[in-house]
Amino acid sequence: MSDQPNTTPIPIQQPASEVCATCPAHSRANLLKLGVDMTDWDYVVALAGNPNTGKSTVFNALTGLRQHTGNWPGKTVTRAEGGFQFGGQRYKIVDLPGTYSLLATSVDEEVARDFILFGQPDVTVIVADATRLERNLNLVLQVLEITERAVVCLNLMDEARRHNLTVDDRRLARDLGVPVVPTSARRGEGLQELLQAVDDVASGRTVCRPHRAKVQSGKLAHALDQLTTQIQAAYPQLSNARWVALRLLDGDEAIADALRRGDLGDLNKPAALDPVRTEVLPLEAVS
Amino acid sequence: MSAPSEQREGILQLADQLRWEVGQGFHEQLMEDLYTDAARLADRAVTRPDVKERFDLDRTIDRLVTSRIWGFPMMILLFMLVFWITISGANVPSAFLSSILIDQLHPILKSAAASIGMSAFLSGLLIDGMYLATAWVVSVMLPPMAIFFPLFTLLEDFGYLPRVAFNLDNIFKKSGAHGKQALSMMMGFGCNAAGVVATRVIDSPRERLIAIITNNFALCNGRWPTQILIATVFIGALVPSYLAGLISALAVVGIAVLGVLLTFLSSWTLSRTVLRGEVSTFSLELPPYRPPRVLQTIYTSMIDRTMYVLWRAVVFAMPAGALIWLCANVTIGDLSIAQHLINFLNPAGILIGLNGVILLAYVVAIPANEIVIPTVLMLTVLVTGMSGQGAGAGVMFNAQSNADLLTLLHAGGWTLLTAINLMLFSLIHNPCSTTIYTIYKETGSLKWTAVAALMPLLLGLTVTFVVAQVWRLFGG
Repeated sequence: MSDQPNTTPIPIQQPASEVCATCPAHSRANLLKLGVDMTDWDYVVALAGNPNTGKSTVFNALTGLRQHTGNWPGKTVTRAEGGFQFGGQRYKIVDLPGTYSLLATSVDEEVARDFILFGQPDVTVIVADATRLERNLNLVLQVLEITERAVVCLNLMDEARRHNLTVDDRRLARDLGVPVVPTSARRGEGLQELLQAVDDVASGRTVCRPHRAKVQSGKLAHALDQLTTQIQAAYPQLSNARWVALRLLDGDEAIADALRRGDLGDLNKPAALDPVRTEVLPLEAVS
Repeated sequence: MSAPSEQREGILQLADQLRWEVGQGFHEQLMEDLYTDAARLADRAVTRPDVKERFDLDRTIDRLVTSRIWGFPMMILLFMLVFWITISGANVPSAFLSSILIDQLHPILKSAAASIGMSAFLSGLLIDGMYLATAWVVSVMLPPMAIFFPLFTLLEDFGYLPRVAFNLDNIFKKSGAHGKQALSMMMGFGCNAAGVVATRVIDSPRERLIAIITNNFALCNGRWPTQILIATVFIGALVPSYLAGLISALAVVGIAVLGVLLTFLSSWTLSRTVLRGEVSTFSLELPPYRPPRVLQTIYTSMIDRTMYVLWRAVVFAMPAGALIWLCANVTIGDLSIAQHLINFLNPAGILIGLNGVILLAYVVAIPANEIVIPTVLMLTVLVTGMSGQGAGAGVMFNAQSNADLLTLLHAGGWTLLTAINLMLFSLIHNPCSTTIYTIYKETGSLKWTAVAALMPLLLGLTVTFVVAQVWRLFGG
């Protein structure tokens, strides 16, 4: 989709809760940290983002768990899971390893991508570092190619302020076509708004129209169109046909295999009760 | 709602055909488009400050701590400071805990057991064996851990560790290993099992195996207390008391640095023998310095690390305490089982500058390195026949001060060589059973698990043997 800010619907968090959200009684009543209790969840939330953007901090703040967080890229190499309850709905939240891309060139990237792709999260929260927006948007854009139901958590706003940076979150939300919530997870700022945005996307109150990068080269655009049309014909329900086409063109064996198995058709089924487990495969012994 | 399989195959064929048409450079083009897009969107959203390049504190610190000249000295100084604080700060609370748990609570428990008519065997097993071993582990290990871990975590949260990785990256590459191995090694300083899991950030299987096998040389949680205690008791005693803390810290840092050197050496050897291949390149991100949230850090490092390690030590210390007490009190012929084992291991122990007690302690401590020192002390008491009030065979001596400890160990035939070789052997020997199991889970290969377990053990035996021979040749 090309850049048309005026015609793209603006996903804004509902201001109704704005006054209440500042009241501590309201916060306590609304967020129930469930720790590792993840029974009977209504929605699954995936937490993606670049390394060292505070994903684990957001995870801990929501679940009440205390996974150690470090100022340390690559801190989370395995998936951590926890639960919370918000607005009467029970959520399971999965903290994915931090990655710079979703091209699945390493184990952690594969874990993150497979979960967003096959784990069928109802909402994918992409934690982005407000002080390094450009680098973080690379991943945001890649995630938005795969899934429509996403919320960008613009974290480390306190750091951004310290560096005198101003980030226009509403403009970014308009450009990206998904809700953008500024937060400082370490201080607990913005988490109520984040939860509200997640809840709105999960329940379908907010409908996202994610930004998808335009392909510049004419030859490529033509090839892509051809393949996308074929895929759409085979899987009319698929919302990320273009991304699948791109991956197939790039020779991505994992996606080709998923197509062969016929798993791709299920990609957009909402809230599967038993998401596919994407465990880290043991390292192949060499020599 | 899966599409028919011929339709699926059709899509794949079309993709293959189109891939040839779009040709090379397609992937790069895509990435470039993505980056351009991200840059444009970021540019629209972010307003940068008008003030041009004020004094940038982060960059100034980075220039200093990753400088070619100052990087390494600063690294060593910083770690020395951490150990010095740990060593000089841990003495008082250690003595306090030991006086409560061992001097006061132990006799109370013994008399309580006697008053309810508990048999001597049972009260020996439970109180002299299990309770005392646990009490020892807590009083010896808790204070240094409670000081060391928060300090280390503060450094981690501040953002210093990636700078250390940055400094070490070049040497790792020269060793034929992946630069990110510096990160898994840093994790290994906390716990080797965690370090082995952390090697997942390394993409290439060859370099990942090197990182897994050599992670053992990063001195872990379980071994820091051993190093700190032995350095304090033996090395610190060599110099006047006002220098003792500093010199002990220097000795511990020396051992840790030796571990790093061994990591390079063994990586180099592996990458030139069984694990040959190309070195991959990668980019290492230096995260911004963040003021650590001190109270929160202290809290989480107490819960996550200190209590975790302590709990693990206690869980292993209780059965080990029972086992040692049994070994010391069940006799075959006119000697206890422990005495038999020690006599059996003694010649080999002496040969490598240690003794039978230490070797037996290392066998008992395979599940957890944390209990080496308490086990050594229990067994030494047994061998020397020295014991505290109301205690019998296989009961831990209640050392009230480092001087008492030194007296006890001297009585057990320890010399400076024993202490140095114990420190060396503690650094270079097989990883604990948890780490070995983690290595098996991560590699999925018995062969590499065996290599990772036996290579350090053989190296440790070799190093201590050579040191002992050279020492005896020159020192007599």
